[in-house]
Amino acid sequence: MKKNAILALLIAVTATAFGNDSTRVKKSPAAHINEDDVTITLPQGFKTTVVTNGLGKARHLVVAANGDIFVKLEKLKDGHGIIQLHDANGDGKADKTTGFGNYRGTGITIKNGYLYASSDHEVFRYKIDEKTAKVDTGSVQRIVYGLVGKNQHETKPMVLDNDGNLYVNIGAPSNDCQVQDRVKGSPGQDPCPILDSAGGIWQFKADKANQSYADGVHYAKGLRNVMGLDWNQQVNQLYVMQHGRDQLYQFFPDLFDQKAGAENPAEEMFRLKKGDDCGWPYCYYDNDKHEKLLCPEYGGNRQKVDRCADKTHSIVQFPGHLAPDALLFYTGNQFPEKYKNGAFIAFHGSWNRAPEPQEGFYVVFVPFKDGMPSGKWEVFADGFSGVKAAGSTGRAKHRPCGIAQGPDGSLYVSDDVEGTIWKISYNK
Amino acid sequence: MKATIITLTALVFFVATAFITQQTKPSQAKPKQPAAGAAPKAAMDRGKKVYEAVCLACHQPDAGGVPNMNPPLIKTKWVLGDKKALIKIVLKGLQGGEININGDTFNNPMPPQESTLSDQEIADVLTYVRNSFGNKASMVNLAEVKAMRAKLK
Repeated sequence: MKKNAILALLIAVTATAFGNDSTRVKKSPAAHINEDDVTITLPQGFKTTVVTNGLGKARHLVVAANGDIFVKLEKLKDGHGIIQLHDANGDGKADKTTGFGNYRGTGITIKNGYLYASSDHEVFRYKIDEKTAKVDTGSVQRIVYGLVGKNQHETKPMVLDNDGNLYVNIGAPSNDCQVQDRVKGSPGQDPCPILDSAGGIWQFKADKANQSYADGVHYAKGLRNVMGLDWNQQVNQLYVMQHGRDQLYQFFPDLFDQKAGAENPAEEMFRLKKGDDCGWPYCYYDNDKHEKLLCPEYGGNRQKVDRCADKTHSIVQFPGHLAPDALLFYTGNQFPEKYKNGAFIAFHGSWNRAPEPQEGFYVVFVPFKDGMPSGKWEVFADGFSGVKAAGSTGRAKHRPCGIAQGPDGSLYVSDDVEGTIWKISYNK
Repeated sequence: MKATIITLTALVFFVATAFITQQTKPSQAKPKQPAAGAAPKAAMDRGKKVYEAVCLACHQPDAGGVPNMNPPLIKTKWVLGDKKALIKIVLKGLQGGEININGDTFNNPMPPQESTLSDQEIADVLTYVRNSFGNKASMVNLAEVKAMRAKLK
């Protein structure tokens, strides 16, 4: 006992001595921002600034007209599900961090004087003064409720058009609508009952409180899960990124070897119009055959097209399992001309490519002209994972999840591992 | 300044060593032989094969899992704790969302393995997982899996 007391005293002395060491640098308010955590690689002329970090599961984000950033969290931080970041001195770093909203979720956007935010079942909105980014939290209105949000693909990302409509993704709580989800050998349900209330995009009125399925329009179906969606202002249409199904190699090794299972199916971008059916769970896009084909759970053999012939086709295809979590059409003037109206996509990074190395964890750019891709996609911002080739997804230090555009044309990227927010800007 | 740091470092080292020595004393009294139920190499080798074929895709090569989706298998009570509960999860699967580790939930369903893995394979893979990736726990034997399968029938 006496020995313990002496040890405790020694520790106290040691700690005090260090604490009083005046040569150590005092922490400035922004010193918690660890800039050297990872190095983000970008094309010539672009640079990143770490706006903040440590927000935790930072999902989608939006920037108000004054430059304040609103981030939606999937795990509450200090009891808050929405974080507001304010940069007082214009150095790109957040000087003031506040929060409100006591629910978890992913979706957040601003339109016509309202901030919209979603839980995994509902959509809320708040009055916001866009010039000062002052949110009237007391004005909260529930716009949509009662949406399917089970234990898979439960997040509700959303976007608004210019005609007072809100588009909400309702992801399918399933991999490919098998009788027994994710069980090898279990057949696909035909027709798939999930499609009645999930696996698609629903349209609601942006300004009407308490809507649910009966008030909405089943805008597009056959989309397994959509995290990235944006309204293209040039052609006035909705574009979405679908997360393709998993486990082709694990369930159908006779059709897909290890490599083919990692590369398939494609992660796809769709240009949607009302009534479109993109084919899930019956169809997938085969990256080796360059064709939309019938899924093996529904009798497919990597050759049969069958009922997939008349489904809506995607306009861009990416390698399998990269997990496109955000889509943004760039309308700013800061970046060089080639980026104007093009698409930025945040890829969260794969898990179902194992035992092949994981892939993704980057932001991609796709050039566009008149609403259609005008060139090949390229990696725009990379290095978020902080590891050369991640064998295991959990090793990634950061995973891009959201993209937003600031009023000066800068891009912002969120990460839901540590909750880091980066600003990407261009200087000639 | 430099001298102070050296002195303080030495002090900290001394303090830490003293504590560690004190804390490890009781275990030094134990005989130096494998604990009862330590995993034999044959079971570990067979278990590794099962892990790679069935578990690795979701739980990942390092068993670290996938954030928000598939739980890690490293040093969690689900893996190291009650063997009966663990065997039941492998046999019957989970809906998704049941696993909570430090406030993080994991939403993908765990497919039941009762019709795809034999009792021996389940015993082997659980023995392997409980003694790999930094885990250390007693092995799971065939009789334990058999008993749980019979109980759940």
